[in-house]
Amino acid sequence: MKKKLVGGYKPQKKSTTSVQGNKWSLLLMAPYLIGFFLFIILPVLVAIVLSFTNFDSITRPDFIFFNNYTYMFTEDTVFMQKVLPNTILFAAIVGPTSFLLSFLLAWLLAQVPKLPRTILALLIYSPSLVGGIAMQVVWVVIFNGDANGYLNSFLLNSGLIEEPIQWLQSTKHLFPIMCLVTIWGSSGVGFLSMLSGILNVDSQLYEAAYIDGMKNRFQELIHVTIPSMKPQLLFGAVMAIVNTFQAGAIGVLLSGSNPTPDYSGQLIVNHIEDYGFTKYEMGYASALSFVLLLFIYITSKIVNRILGADERKKKLPPKEIDENILPIMKISKEEEDSPNVAVSR
Amino acid sequence: MSQYQGNKVNPSHLAVSQIKFYLLLLPMAIFMMLPIIYIFTTAFKPADELFKFPPAFFVKNPTFDNFKMLFERMATTAVPASRYLFNSILVAVLTVLLSVILAVTAGYILSKKEFRGKKLLFEINTLALMFVPIAVSIPRFIIIVNLGLTDQFIANIMPIIAMPVGLFLIKQNIDQVPDSLIEACYMDGGHELDIIFRVIIPMTKPAIATIAILSFQSAWGNIEASSLYINNESLKTFAYYISSFTSGNTGGIGQGLAAASALIMFLPNFIIFIFMQSKVMDTMANSGIK
Repeated sequence: MKKKLVGGYKPQKKSTTSVQGNKWSLLLMAPYLIGFFLFIILPVLVAIVLSFTNFDSITRPDFIFFNNYTYMFTEDTVFMQKVLPNTILFAAIVGPTSFLLSFLLAWLLAQVPKLPRTILALLIYSPSLVGGIAMQVVWVVIFNGDANGYLNSFLLNSGLIEEPIQWLQSTKHLFPIMCLVTIWGSSGVGFLSMLSGILNVDSQLYEAAYIDGMKNRFQELIHVTIPSMKPQLLFGAVMAIVNTFQAGAIGVLLSGSNPTPDYSGQLIVNHIEDYGFTKYEMGYASALSFVLLLFIYITSKIVNRILGADERKKKLPPKEIDENILPIMKISKEEEDSPNVAVSR
Repeated sequence: MSQYQGNKVNPSHLAVSQIKFYLLLLPMAIFMMLPIIYIFTTAFKPADELFKFPPAFFVKNPTFDNFKMLFERMATTAVPASRYLFNSILVAVLTVLLSVILAVTAGYILSKKEFRGKKLLFEINTLALMFVPIAVSIPRFIIIVNLGLTDQFIANIMPIIAMPVGLFLIKQNIDQVPDSLIEACYMDGGHELDIIFRVIIPMTKPAIATIAILSFQSAWGNIEASSLYINNESLKTFAYYISSFTSGNTGGIGQGLAAASALIMFLPNFIIFIFMQSKVMDTMANSGIK
């Protein structure tokens, strides 16, 4: 970026519009920065500060240092036995599955011509357009606990079960259903980004790779497509993480109660709301918020590491293909180093 | 380009060899669509079909009864249903406008200007892509209260107009705008605003469309503001109202109402996406060809 700007344009600009330019820069930047600070940065800071207090939303908060955290990890048995394992399991199942599914679908779509691709992409993207409330409405009816629920009546009719199952109230079934529903709605922005990433891989790279001895679609995927769309993959991964944690309320929406039956679908987000808005222990709820943010941050670091590590591996000459393909790898590497676009270009 | 059609991504014609992809894609698309088809059929089911056992998936005699009932039922409260709908539309339009303006102006500066902390700022913004509003609902609530925004209409809008994803996308796209164009605009005596309107916006339309879609979705389905920051019924949004009265309504008539309201929530998103995203997808697909 910087290199580009130096070439002829920046010095000139400095001499003519530097003072005025700075004023305008600030003015144009300010509205976003204010909104960004007030509703994204500040809440995080407030959460950190409050997490060291016992704020009950009425009386002045007292500093109690790490008491909230010690309580969380030593005395809050619900948190340690249910909420934390649930959250980790949920993230471990939903995050990778939705990411891989989005990528797979995007890749499959890229293999068909434009018209069917556009229609199918629209169909696959549409669940993420349904949104939280509507999603709840649909799935609650499908998994309704009486014989009138779609799944129950289907299973009853086909003789697979004898009695209707209380899907959403059973501690056994709620969690898998939460995962299913979240994955169903997860092909969103990340999916679109990956689709355009695959479509925008320079077709010359493929041609060159085939000339140099690449044989099939699998090699094409591993040696050309994936290395060329790393920015989109990372973006997709971040979106998958956000989507996973944003879906934290799903268990409560489906079961209709917070806490969920026997805490079987309780995630950190529900625990936060339980303490914050039901029990008014804002200090403790803030400590939980901070732990959740930390959790998201660590997850993204891990994802970064994984995608980055893949990249490092690919720089080494792969064994199964001959060395002629190496020049192509180099090209695709340069391609992805250039400030590439996530969704469109 | 056209003489080579081996195993290439983005083919231009239908071919027998593509059948295997359809065999994988179609079941997935159907699985994705089933709940949505369900919304459509159930929303138009008359009462006797809603109570039928076993439930039929498709509707036989479609009616608008559920929609009528939805609005009648809502009209019995102090605030008419049309008011909620009006609020929602206003919130969505203002949010889209403001979030696009904020993202474009900030994205332009962040992409094309040099200043101290620029890199750090973009890194923080990229980190904030992972921001999950639901995680900090309590501190956000406290901030809203302290800003005196409770029971203000703008409480629906303010918290969601600074979109890290929006800034991220637009900045990445503005990076692709050649500096020479901006330089030329300077040479013509152009002002910063001229550059934004005459160069940046025309060159980044697809990204702007994408941001508009994303912000519309977040505004249209947002119930956080109405349920936490606003107590005045006449300032709440349609999404909130639907959610407050469909929860716990799962059998018989309730099912029809729930599906009708889900359809009302889904359709605007869907229609806007069809219109705007077809354009975005065109641009995306074409941009790869040299």
